[in-house]
Amino acid sequence: MIGGLFIYNHKGEVLISRVYRDDIGRNAVDAFRVNVIHARQQVRSPVTNIARTSFFHVKRSNIWLAAVTKQNVNAAMVFEFLYKMCDVMTAYFGKISEENIKNNFVLIYELLDEILDFGYPQNSETGALKTFITQQGIKSQPQTKEEQSQITSQVTGQIGWRREGIKYRRNELFLDVLESVNLLMSPQGQVLSAHVSGRVVMKSYLSGMPECKFGMNDKIVIDKQGKGGATDDSGKSELGGSSGKQSIAIDDCTFHQCVRLSKFDSERSISFIPPDGEYELMRYRTTKDIILPFRVIPLVREVGRTKLEVKVVIKSNFKPSLLAQKIEVRIPTPLNTSGVQVICMKGKAKYKASENAIVWKIKRMAGMKESQISAEIELLPTNDKKKWARPPISMNFEVPFAPSGLKVRYLKVFEPKLNYSDHDVIKWVRYIGRSGIYETRC
Amino acid sequence: MPAVSKGDGMRGLAVFISDIRNCKSKEAEIKRINKELANIRSKFKGDKALDGYSKKKYVCKLLFIFLLGHDIDFGHMEAVNLLSSNKYTEKQIGYLFISVLVNSNSELIRLINNGIKNDLASRNPTFMCLALHCIANVGSREMAEAFAGEIPRILVAGDTMDSVKQSAALCLLRLHKASPDVVLMGEWTSRVVHLLNDQHMGVVTAAISLITCLSQKNPDEFKSCVPLAVSRLSRIVSSASTDLQDYTYYFVPAPWLSCKLLRLLQCYPPPEDGAVKGRLVECLETILNKAQEPPKSKKVQHSNAKNAILFEAISLIIHYDSEPNLLVRACNQLGQFLQHRETNLRYLALESMCTLASSEFSHEAVKTHIETVINALKTERDVSVRQRAADLLYAMCDRSNAKQIVAEMLSYLETADYSIREEMVLKVAILAEKYAVDYSWYVDTILNLIRIAGDYVSEEVWYRVIQIVINRDDVQGYAAKTVFEALQAPACHENMVKVGGYILGEFGNLIAGDPRSSPLVQFNLLHSKFHLCSVPSRALLLSAYIKFINLFPETKPTIQEVLRSDSQIRNSDVELQQRAVEYLKLSSIASTDVLATVLEEMPPFPERESSILAKLKKKKGPGAVSVSDLEEAKGEGGALNGSGDRGADAAATSNSATLSPSADLLGLRSAAPVAPGTGSLLVDVFPEAGPASAPAVSEDGFLRHLDLPPESSDSLLVEAPGESDFEDPALPLPESDDLLYKFVCKNNGVLFENQLLQIGTKSEYRQNLGRMYLFFGNKTSVQFSNFTTSITCPGDLQTQLNMQTKPVEPLVDGGAQVQQVLNIECLSDFSDAPLLNIMFRYGGAQQNLTLKLPVTINKFFQPTEMSSQDFFQRWKQLSLPQQEAQKIFKANHSMDTDVIKTKLLGLGPALLEDVDPNPENFVCAGVIQTKGQQIGCLLRLEPNAQAQMFRLTLRSSKDTVSVHLCHLLAEQF
Repeated sequence: MIGGLFIYNHKGEVLISRVYRDDIGRNAVDAFRVNVIHARQQVRSPVTNIARTSFFHVKRSNIWLAAVTKQNVNAAMVFEFLYKMCDVMTAYFGKISEENIKNNFVLIYELLDEILDFGYPQNSETGALKTFITQQGIKSQPQTKEEQSQITSQVTGQIGWRREGIKYRRNELFLDVLESVNLLMSPQGQVLSAHVSGRVVMKSYLSGMPECKFGMNDKIVIDKQGKGGATDDSGKSELGGSSGKQSIAIDDCTFHQCVRLSKFDSERSISFIPPDGEYELMRYRTTKDIILPFRVIPLVREVGRTKLEVKVVIKSNFKPSLLAQKIEVRIPTPLNTSGVQVICMKGKAKYKASENAIVWKIKRMAGMKESQISAEIELLPTNDKKKWARPPISMNFEVPFAPSGLKVRYLKVFEPKLNYSDHDVIKWVRYIGRSGIYETRC
Repeated sequence: MPAVSKGDGMRGLAVFISDIRNCKSKEAEIKRINKELANIRSKFKGDKALDGYSKKKYVCKLLFIFLLGHDIDFGHMEAVNLLSSNKYTEKQIGYLFISVLVNSNSELIRLINNGIKNDLASRNPTFMCLALHCIANVGSREMAEAFAGEIPRILVAGDTMDSVKQSAALCLLRLHKASPDVVLMGEWTSRVVHLLNDQHMGVVTAAISLITCLSQKNPDEFKSCVPLAVSRLSRIVSSASTDLQDYTYYFVPAPWLSCKLLRLLQCYPPPEDGAVKGRLVECLETILNKAQEPPKSKKVQHSNAKNAILFEAISLIIHYDSEPNLLVRACNQLGQFLQHRETNLRYLALESMCTLASSEFSHEAVKTHIETVINALKTERDVSVRQRAADLLYAMCDRSNAKQIVAEMLSYLETADYSIREEMVLKVAILAEKYAVDYSWYVDTILNLIRIAGDYVSEEVWYRVIQIVINRDDVQGYAAKTVFEALQAPACHENMVKVGGYILGEFGNLIAGDPRSSPLVQFNLLHSKFHLCSVPSRALLLSAYIKFINLFPETKPTIQEVLRSDSQIRNSDVELQQRAVEYLKLSSIASTDVLATVLEEMPPFPERESSILAKLKKKKGPGAVSVSDLEEAKGEGGALNGSGDRGADAAATSNSATLSPSADLLGLRSAAPVAPGTGSLLVDVFPEAGPASAPAVSEDGFLRHLDLPPESSDSLLVEAPGESDFEDPALPLPESDDLLYKFVCKNNGVLFENQLLQIGTKSEYRQNLGRMYLFFGNKTSVQFSNFTTSITCPGDLQTQLNMQTKPVEPLVDGGAQVQQVLNIECLSDFSDAPLLNIMFRYGGAQQNLTLKLPVTINKFFQPTEMSSQDFFQRWKQLSLPQQEAQKIFKANHSMDTDVIKTKLLGLGPALLEDVDPNPENFVCAGVIQTKGQQIGCLLRLEPNAQAQMFRLTLRSSKDTVSVHLCHLLAEQF
């Protein structure tokens, strides 16, 4: 189990140090700083073993979070915990930065006491935590006995993530499908690897203890229903998306603790009692039949030793009615670039010397369009024999559909005790596809 | 770069550096550097010419970026351009960049060399210096090739400035060190030597470093520097402290130069010219005199400089070792330092005195300081100084003061630092043995040593004491008494128990008369330590007990009781259990006569050099015994190990033969009468039978052998032209492999013969030990002179085989024969054969030949008898593919059953009858005994008479052994 948890700033100074077990001493703090943060070579592995002690770290901007243990723990569990911890901190005080951490020392220690007990992760549901770890005295007036007992029964009870007796005038529900597309493409346009990792994030403002059921175009479910002869989903699949694809194959998925896994295993239906507020319902990954929103066609020509001509065409590949946003193409330049001239039809392009790249930004672009940039790069002759490695051209964007083809078929809410029905709930569904590592070799 | 930015401050550079320093993270720093690099690249882009200032600034920035650890792959051209600038700062930065960042890029090197050449040719001394510094800093081969001719010219040219000469001398030194083959002095030699006469002290100082380095390589060429150096030295030494203004350091004239001069003189023997020598002696005396004068300054620098010269002078005196007067004076001077309050001085004094002690002139003088040194050993706070004091004590020890020194060292040992204890123990052991007049003193000393520092006493130390006690009748009684007393201490070191057990087992009877040490008391004393000992010591004690039964029949019931107890006879350790069982049986079955014969007193060990002492003799100086030496000494101790344990082994000949647990340990019944401790060994039975019943083999061997002589003598003439007296050992003769194979199955015969020399060999082996007699016969009527033989174990063999021998007589008369005895111990299995190198002079011509000694792994076979069932069971156990080696080959010799049998018997293992269902086949079983392990070996030979073929299959518990044996055997049939 986790023996201790440390938070460092970029210089390796310890901001937070919480030790849960005796086998971790103060020297572990220094060991991590010396061997990882100040290491001569950049440490790329998130798990480092120093003197029979394992350090699991994640980095958020300039802040290092390291979990330390001497035991053989489940590394995936530790990282899940660290990410959860980041989420909790973000939910409490916003961006994780040195200043924010310094301003919230007490809060962080209070949180750490609550979410880890003797190194074992406990309830890390933000909604639940916020009921009893309150911020900066806003709600710090002494709670009544009933409130306290309510919190206790909720935290220790079967449904630890939702308290009872929540009431809203308007029952509302927001559902976001957030996906990021990762791609590596050869210069000839052959897909070398592609996958989508997606999340379903919900924000629920529902009264009572509602029972929800979430349905999507999962291939297994659709096939099963197809066999059964019931095809009632034709009308509902128009919530969003771009392709006429009927169902998607999900490679693997994980759920929020509120989802009843037994039901998923037996019927593959996702039913749950949602926490109040914002949470991540599920995470999934697909690799088949991915809609690639953009195609990048590079053309690099070396003119002698001192000149390089680059032409890059991007083509948008989705419904013309949809608009992609925040498009950014990054074209790496050789290390001996001495000057760059860029011409582009659309957007703005600039040579950023500090990053050794030409950055081309386009605010908006509709589907089925194409745009082009051409650049002339002047090179300084060097005495270095090794050739330029030609790093891939990378791209960032945001599109309003799910590149995996996932569609939400339904989200039903049942609250048997209170008198509102599924139709009374206002539901909002949004699809956002972002680029992950979206690269084309040139 | 404060010097640069003071004159014309490069603001851009300062801003850039402060930007970098203010970066919050590594990423930010990289971004800033990338930006700057892009900026510099755009500035360096060919189309616009940059002025010198900005070029310098950008090159500086690149240098800074490089020193931060980033790659720089451009800007070299601009740096080279800076070389042609006329401004000092620009040139300096250019050279700096090149020194730091040059790589062997051909086109650039040419340009750089060109720039350097221009600067060297200019008459501007600062530019010349910059160029020379750059050459020295880079020091590449290309540079050496380009300027090796130019720099000596600058060095000796009359019109060169002094500062340039200094740089040139040091630059040349650097090039000489980097690529000595390129820098040839040749015609410059005499003129370089004459630089010692230069007016400018700096030039002399620089030149002398160069000369020292060069003269170490070819001393003859620079011989002429000695008188010059002496005169220079005398001028400095005799000068007043104010004469050499700039070169006087805290009232000491030119200390560095003096030291260097003295060091240069240490490269040469004492000057032969009387005048020069007189002058030098005068100088040295002056230096020694000056040391006596009261210091001119209280500053530590003053005394440091003075002492530096003094110590160099003393090393020179020791190096010459020819001036008794000076040596004694030096010794006295050092004696004063021994009590100096500066620790470093005391350390240096002790160290120098160590070397002084080895000189015959000053040995006595050193001895006068014994009290001081002993005091230092006791009271010194720094362990390294104490170590030096111990070294010095060791070096100054001789017969007259050995007792005192050994006693002091022993008493110090009790409090000594753990890091030097082992070394001290070895030194005490060596001194005690070397200077022992009275062996009872020796025994006392070593026993004390074991008592005080038992953990640090290595095995060979106590082996040695036992050897000496056994070989000296006069000391045996005393030794028995002393160990008996020593053992009475409540806590004894295990080594003490071992020595006690051994000595009481052998000589307990000598003190048995005294009722206080009656046999039973002795036994009870020994047995009270038994349970605290490790297994090997317990085994030794068991052997001592059985010896007690022989010495004192009245102890028999008690000892039998002990042996019979469950803790012995059912001990989980096989060795202990076996000893207990066998000794019990031996004591109850054998008659007193048999017992007395079996358990006879150990015969004296052959007189041989102590392995510790042998180690010592190899060392030239009496300096420190380093750790690695100690470790080697331990390795050598292996030979002694065998002999030290011999008492136990001789008493129980059967214990090693019965490796198999199934053999019901009754081997003792048959073995006891056969091996009544007379030294005739089981193994010997086979070799004796070998040649007698195998005429075919030996005849064949001799026939082949007769063909050899003309051929081999030819090769001898070619190989050993006899020009030099001292030659490297010749390569082994091409036929030496055949010679080796001849001896696989027999132990005696003629190893080698040519027109001059015949070498016969006879050998006997028992377990992992062997003894080989080599007979060198002079076939001519002329005397061989400088006859030397040496045994070498090539490669891994050194760790696998332990060979010991004594040198033979250097003269072999015509027709005479000399004998050499080799003691061999097999440490682990091996496949190579040791080499015997023989060198002698015959009629003025040097003869040199190398043979392989017929020591093969099968010599260490111990036969094992077993039934057919047992054999096949084991055969199946060794079924891993790598454990088996098989060969099918054509018969080269007769396939007669008897001949094959003889050969197999000669090989070593037991030939098992009626084991194989096919009576034509031969099966053998045996155990190869090495010090480290025992390797069981099974063999099956299937002859096919029709096809004249053999199939040989070997299985052993070690794969390399199977393969090697198979290879050896295949050559035999």
